[in-house]
Amino acid sequence: MRHSLAANLPASAAEHGGLGAMRVLVAVIRRDLLLALRRKSEVLTSLFFFVIVVSLFPLGIGPEMALLRIIAPGVLWVAALLAAMLSLQRLFAADYADGTLEQMVLSPAPLGLLVMGKVAAHWLVTGLPLVLIAPLLGLQYDLAPQALGILMLSLLIGTPLLSLIGAIGAALTLGVRGGGVLLSLLTLPLYIPALIFGAGAVEADISGLGAVGHLSLLAALLALSVFFAPWATTASLRIALE
Amino acid sequence: MLTAIDLACVRGDRRLFAHLGFTLESGGRLHVTGENGSGKTSLLRMLCGLSPPEAGEIRWHGETIARQGDEYRKAVLYLGHHNALKEELTALENLRTTAALSGVAVEDAEGVELLGRVGLAGREELPVRFLSQGQKRRVALSRLLWSTSPLWVLDEPFVALDSAAVSWLADIVGAHLSGGGMAVLTSHQEVEIPAGRAQTLRLSQ
Repeated sequence: MRHSLAANLPASAAEHGGLGAMRVLVAVIRRDLLLALRRKSEVLTSLFFFVIVVSLFPLGIGPEMALLRIIAPGVLWVAALLAAMLSLQRLFAADYADGTLEQMVLSPAPLGLLVMGKVAAHWLVTGLPLVLIAPLLGLQYDLAPQALGILMLSLLIGTPLLSLIGAIGAALTLGVRGGGVLLSLLTLPLYIPALIFGAGAVEADISGLGAVGHLSLLAALLALSVFFAPWATTASLRIALE
Repeated sequence: MLTAIDLACVRGDRRLFAHLGFTLESGGRLHVTGENGSGKTSLLRMLCGLSPPEAGEIRWHGETIARQGDEYRKAVLYLGHHNALKEELTALENLRTTAALSGVAVEDAEGVELLGRVGLAGREELPVRFLSQGQKRRVALSRLLWSTSPLWVLDEPFVALDSAAVSWLADIVGAHLSGGGMAVLTSHQEVEIPAGRAQTLRLSQ
């Protein structure tokens, strides 16, 4: 049996070009989504954190609509940054501990691709829910429907950026004791551009200046990090495993 | 052909080994022995390309492995101390993901059949955390059944296995060697592998 199975393997192993790479990417995303589904608490933690932090401000400040409208973009975006931070530490930690990361490094598929798969799954699990619930939370701040739309759009472009940059930090602090705090210290400064342009887009829209400029810059940052973040992450992962 | 030339390994400020060399030809196996902490795992990780040697060179068919990239990664199968299994996923899901990572597509029916051959029939849909140590090791070892890699690097493959599984594994490694494969392995147990030219490399401090 061993030989009959091995005989039909080379066909699938040989097409490790374009199609094979896609299959590996899909397999990584699928595995991480399955894992998220089996450990629901981890997924819900960052979402609930986001909801609670954003809801605390109107309660603390009181019903002053004018003030709430002004602070809304900043509060929502800062809360999104912190919620993204919460789940980052687990991005590679489990794979590191159980030996899966070694196997990923040794896989014939490019490690950058596998990292992209993990980041994509991380975004689907922790970033996308924030995007979807943000308009509902924005209502507490009396944002106009158009501003809510821009808020959603800015988070849609911005949260993948947070996952990509965060992956670099998560890889750099892998296996370091007390890595959680270090991770925040490393990553939060790198989030500043995303925060400025993301919150800036919503502010610009509220004040009637138009959000296109900010959103374009945010998208440019995303394009840049899609290229460079996997590269930096793979380099850090290889060092962590040495 | 795997050649190691003048390898050295330093962990912290301790030199684990130096001037280590060997040649492993097709159909050969190398037993790495030595006390705990003598650098067996470090050597095996070096041979896979996970960590660069402090000094010296590792060559695969005459060319340095560092320069070969995924060509070499395709040629090596590494089974470490860790089983690289996800506790929340079932044995079948684990097997299919591992296979996909190596670029091999395993269908559900094939996966069930493979798990049956490692003695896990009827437990395919059970999350791995409900399996015993030995059963987890068997799931990890199922990789050997579909591997197309010529070089197997196995770190303590016999740990946690019962005697039936030990002889099964010895047969699998033997079949791999008779088919022209190579194996590097560490083991504290004396296990009779039925085929292949054996070499022993003893690491001492």
